[in-house]
Amino acid sequence: MKRQVPLLITFFVGTLLIVSIFSPATENLGEEFSVFFDVIAVFAFFLGGGNLLRVHLTKISRKREDWVYSVVTLVGFIVMLWAGLFKIGNEGGIAASVTEESSLFGMVFYSVLIPLQSTMYSLLAFFIASASYRAFRAKNREATILLVAAFIILLGRTAFGTMLTSWMPPSLSLAEIPNLAIWIMNSPNLAGQRAIMIGIGLGVVSMSLRIILGVERTYLGDDGK
Amino acid sequence: MMFDSPMLLLLTAGSGATVGTYIGLAIIVLGLLALLYTSIKAIEVDRRIVFLFIFVAVSIPILFPITFEEKATPVVKRIFDKIESLPEGSRILLSFDFDPAMAPEVQPMADAVMRHALAKNHRVIFMSLWATGQGLLDRTMQRILPNEFPDKVDGVDFASVGYTAGNEGVLNVIVSDFKKMFPSDANSIPLDSLPVFNRFSSCKDLDLVVTFGGGKPGAKEWVLFVGDKANVPVAVGVAAVVAPQMYPYFPNQVLGIMGGIKGAAEYESELIKHYPQFAEQPTPGMVMMGPQTLAHIVIIAFIVFGNVAYFFGRRREEKP
Amino acid sequence: MKKTSVIILSGVVILFLVSWLVKGASLSGEENPYLQGFLTTFAAFLTLAVFSFLYRDNPFYKFAEHLFVGASAAYWMTLGFWQTLVKKLIPKLSDGLANFFEVPTEEHSYWYFLPVILGLLLLMRLSKKGGWLSRWPLAFIVGYTAGINFVGYLRSDFVKQVSSTFVPLLIDWQGVGHFFSNFSLAIDGQFVMMLANVVIFVGVLCGLVYFFFSKEHTGLFGTASRVGIWILMITFGASFGYTVMGRISLLVGRLTFLFKDWLGLIS
Repeated sequence: MKRQVPLLITFFVGTLLIVSIFSPATENLGEEFSVFFDVIAVFAFFLGGGNLLRVHLTKISRKREDWVYSVVTLVGFIVMLWAGLFKIGNEGGIAASVTEESSLFGMVFYSVLIPLQSTMYSLLAFFIASASYRAFRAKNREATILLVAAFIILLGRTAFGTMLTSWMPPSLSLAEIPNLAIWIMNSPNLAGQRAIMIGIGLGVVSMSLRIILGVERTYLGDDGK
Repeated sequence: MMFDSPMLLLLTAGSGATVGTYIGLAIIVLGLLALLYTSIKAIEVDRRIVFLFIFVAVSIPILFPITFEEKATPVVKRIFDKIESLPEGSRILLSFDFDPAMAPEVQPMADAVMRHALAKNHRVIFMSLWATGQGLLDRTMQRILPNEFPDKVDGVDFASVGYTAGNEGVLNVIVSDFKKMFPSDANSIPLDSLPVFNRFSSCKDLDLVVTFGGGKPGAKEWVLFVGDKANVPVAVGVAAVVAPQMYPYFPNQVLGIMGGIKGAAEYESELIKHYPQFAEQPTPGMVMMGPQTLAHIVIIAFIVFGNVAYFFGRRREEKP
Repeated sequence: MKKTSVIILSGVVILFLVSWLVKGASLSGEENPYLQGFLTTFAAFLTLAVFSFLYRDNPFYKFAEHLFVGASAAYWMTLGFWQTLVKKLIPKLSDGLANFFEVPTEEHSYWYFLPVILGLLLLMRLSKKGGWLSRWPLAFIVGYTAGINFVGYLRSDFVKQVSSTFVPLLIDWQGVGHFFSNFSLAIDGQFVMMLANVVIFVGVLCGLVYFFFSKEHTGLFGTASRVGIWILMITFGASFGYTVMGRISLLVGRLTFLFKDWLGLIS
């Protein structure tokens, strides 16, 4: 029951999805399964929310280190959920878009989520700059090729690259840095990315087959062994 | 001075340089020279100094902007030309598959393509595969539509169906039955009652899909589950990190690629060239290319200095 | 609480209040200026709180980080509820609920109880005893993803990629004499276009050879593998260049917010 039913479900759903591509008779069922998948995905969001509540409530009740910040998490969670589920301040009423700018949900999104998420990712600019100074060394031929390609792309995607080599005659236009950058993207980069893509593609296909046929069972946890 | 000349060259190419720009650039040049000195002398530089340096290098061209002329490269121009060549009233789907983290790069593309499609009187359908995309989509529509296209009617000239969960599962359905996945628009109005969806049943009825994103689900999923499956032209506007991965699809599976802020700036320049009325509107892509250019030069300098330090360090080690 | 912590906290609170009042006053012509002033100031505070991590980990950063986690989880849940459950599931199951939520009613299909049951089983993961039941919906998700990806990847990332690699190596070929008399390094010239196609064909082949580990990389195979590494290094270099570009753009976006929307230093 614990192992066989999930394996059977995986086999049935996976096979049906593949068959639905080839057979119009099962196409509709494949679409229905897609909608079912969407609904289950929402329950996965709820599971995430539930888990978040459990972890942070435990942390607060046991007064673990930094438990005060768990209060912040819970306040943010509850306020956002309350604002969204009840569409607080939504001018268009219950039928209008939940993210309407004037609603409380919209306001929290614009003034809390947007600055937080975008700033978190912008920190990477500092780290990549620091790594450029400390880590990128032309230690061997391969590393040098990588750095030269990076230089050409970095210069070629700005007006500075255009200026440096704009004096080149049309018969040597490949040597202009922006053109060289375009050529690298369209040719060696394309070739390298395609080799990686074919490798990953084959990997995904074989892994999908292993999952559908029940050979790969790690998603079941310990009992899958 | 080895760094003076590129900086001055930069100023001559850009427009809008002020006294502040010159002073700012002088500070950056002096900083770079100091960093070069420390590299040669093998003096340890605190990472926070490097952070501060990049902060200053990016801040100065924002505070004292320099703008550069942009020219659309073929990979971007193909998208512009496609929208331009479609007959009026063609159906274009714009998918906002991004979050606030990608917005600085991707939002300018979305704005420019949206303006272009509406100015050409195409019928535009908006959607999102990312929950965060719906918030950004709503904001974009509220910012652009009432001010720049007051005569365009919701449901007639454009419509937003918003976000729905399910990643590629969503695409797997809309490729053959759009209304099954989106029975109503973002304001809960049935799609059947909206003129923009007349004689429209699936993605096969679209003339073009443009997806803006940089994660999963995004451009790749649109190619795999809609473009290749239904033979619908798909154009992509993606964050720079993802752009190189899109090239194997170009030009057979993807119509064109706008990669990062440079792609956005190129599209904006092409739009203004053909539609001068949009010159009055903000062009964040073109504006951001000033700080971008300077930051690229600084990063290159960092790599060179790092290698100089490495070279001198090795020489010192080799000495008895 | 340490004395320095109290001083820093007080300073931040005072600065926040000043910024709120000044920003509110500067927006006096707009609707709800002080609400707008508060929201902009709060967004700026959060931006600076995250940036403060660059100095070192601190309570302001922890506050911002924890707030993000909570608000973000609730955001996804809310969107999932309104956009998927309310719009797609409820009309299939109940007219009464559809009317309550003001969404169009649809023909009922009681098959739609199946994903609800599976969804509820997924929530059993939170329980210690019934946790194993969550494997059923998980099996559905995994099976669905495997099935949909099998065909998608095979068609787009394998078959079409292989076919796109077989490109003509001699473009517009009119003989050796014509080729050499018109030889140039122009970006749209015959030689450069042919070179691009040769690099694509050879590059993909050599790249794949490099990834093939079932044979020792020696002799001709080793040479091909070596060329494959070089091609991959150029690819990674290009990716690095684009990554730098992307990260800088994000920083420009945040700094523009601080200088323009918050401080009003630029128009």
